[in-house]
Amino acid sequence: MTQATADACEQITSKTEEFVRSDRMPHIWCPGCGIGTTVNCFTRAIEQCGVDLNKLAIVSGIGCTGRVAGYLNLDSFHTTHGRAIPFATGLKLSNPDLKVVLYSGDGDLIAIGGNHFIHAARRNLDITVICVNNFNYAMTGGQVAPTTPIDAIGTTAPYGVCERSFNLPFLADSCGAVYVARWTAFHVRQLTKAMVEAVNKRGFSFVEVITPCPTLYERRNRLGDGLARMEWYKENSVIKHDADTRECDIDFQGKIVCGKFVDKEDVPSLLQKRNQKTEELRVKGIACD
Amino acid sequence: MEKATAPSNHNNKPKKPRGQVSISSERCKGCGFCVAFCPTGALEMSEGYNAKGYHYPELANPEKCSGCDLCGMYCPDFAICGARVPWSEAASAVTKE
Ligand SMILES: Cc1ncc(C[n+]2csc(CCOP(=O)(O)OP(=O)(O)O)c2C)c(N)n1
Ligand code: SF4
Ligand code: SF4
Ligand code: SF4
Ligand SMILES: [Mg+2]
Repeated sequence: MTQATADACEQITSKTEEFVRSDRMPHIWCPGCGIGTTVNCFTRAIEQCGVDLNKLAIVSGIGCTGRVAGYLNLDSFHTTHGRAIPFATGLKLSNPDLKVVLYSGDGDLIAIGGNHFIHAARRNLDITVICVNNFNYAMTGGQVAPTTPIDAIGTTAPYGVCERSFNLPFLADSCGAVYVARWTAFHVRQLTKAMVEAVNKRGFSFVEVITPCPTLYERRNRLGDGLARMEWYKENSVIKHDADTRECDIDFQGKIVCGKFVDKEDVPSLLQKRNQKTEELRVKGIACD
Repeated sequence: MEKATAPSNHNNKPKKPRGQVSISSERCKGCGFCVAFCPTGALEMSEGYNAKGYHYPELANPEKCSGCDLCGMYCPDFAICGARVPWSEAASAVTKE
């Protein structure tokens, strides 16, 4: 690089930099971990959806993905393991003007937090859930999660998993989510668009991002480094918008169905329903504040 | 002070706006996403190491960079980003001490 080019480069600042706590960089994520890539998409998405940053709250649970809340320079909460959704529920119901976005891992949201997940979707609670699915409990050393594909190896399944895994889009869809999409960390543009749509959606919106964890999942399963995995996603993803979510299962090293699967209009959200009920009671002269 | 001038093609017309990248080599963890997914092949891994011992990327072919910022979308370590810079601005931006 010439000196002139080098100097010109200093004038450019990343979009991500505006939203992260630069003083906390470099972050703890491993080389080739995909979580940071999803954060790039998220920072661009919040810029594109034009949401008032003073009315945006990010909630994470515990895990490598849970660190996102701490790295974003926004109002963010790093809650206890599995309890991001209960925290977000209270936050949203008591501050209905806030946009509440959950950003957490598959273990946090779907294993220990699975019960909260299905009920938040059932209630059509007005929140957005972004689930970084790296097929394992990464932070604690690569244990099997409910998302680990059958036959894959994990710390707690050295000879391969014998249980079938959850198909997250189907789970979210069948519980009532009004927006459901799945992308991989390779699909940066599509993922950004899905995040914009999800954040702007009224009701329970869900975005799953399949993400490399080269240190644990990929290493134990001998699938190469982060880059090899990203290239594998590129070759092995099948984009099928509006696919039947029952057909979005992920088999070990099988094709990954990506796309926007659910985008429902006119389903009243929990807050809409609550406001409507309050208004009906007020008209009848029953105070319920 | 020496002002860099915008490169021109053989007709001596100023080139259309071009891309630039900014690289924080000390933040880089050498994953190679930026080099692999740059659509124009503008980047290459450098021979050098940063303090942590990782190779970091360099803009090996500046004329190829379109400033699309795909490297900035992929980089998991927030270590690189690209932008479109009009040559007029690039010229003033590259004013050297
Ligand atoms: C109540 C409780 N149980 C267990 C743990 C240990 N623990 C920390 S993170 C984690 C799993 C994280 O997995 P995931 O949510 O998928 O995040 P990842 O690290 O994969 O991004 C577990 C079991 C804990 N912190 N608290
Ligand atoms: S352990 Fe896995 S998920 Fe956690 S930072 Fe490392 S690569 Fe990422
Ligand atoms: S801005 Fe685009 S063209 Fe330039 S190096 Fe980055 S990815 Fe390549
Ligand atoms: S994507 Fe980022 S961390 Fe990876 S090699 Fe490029 S600059 Fe370094
Ligand atoms: Mg996980």
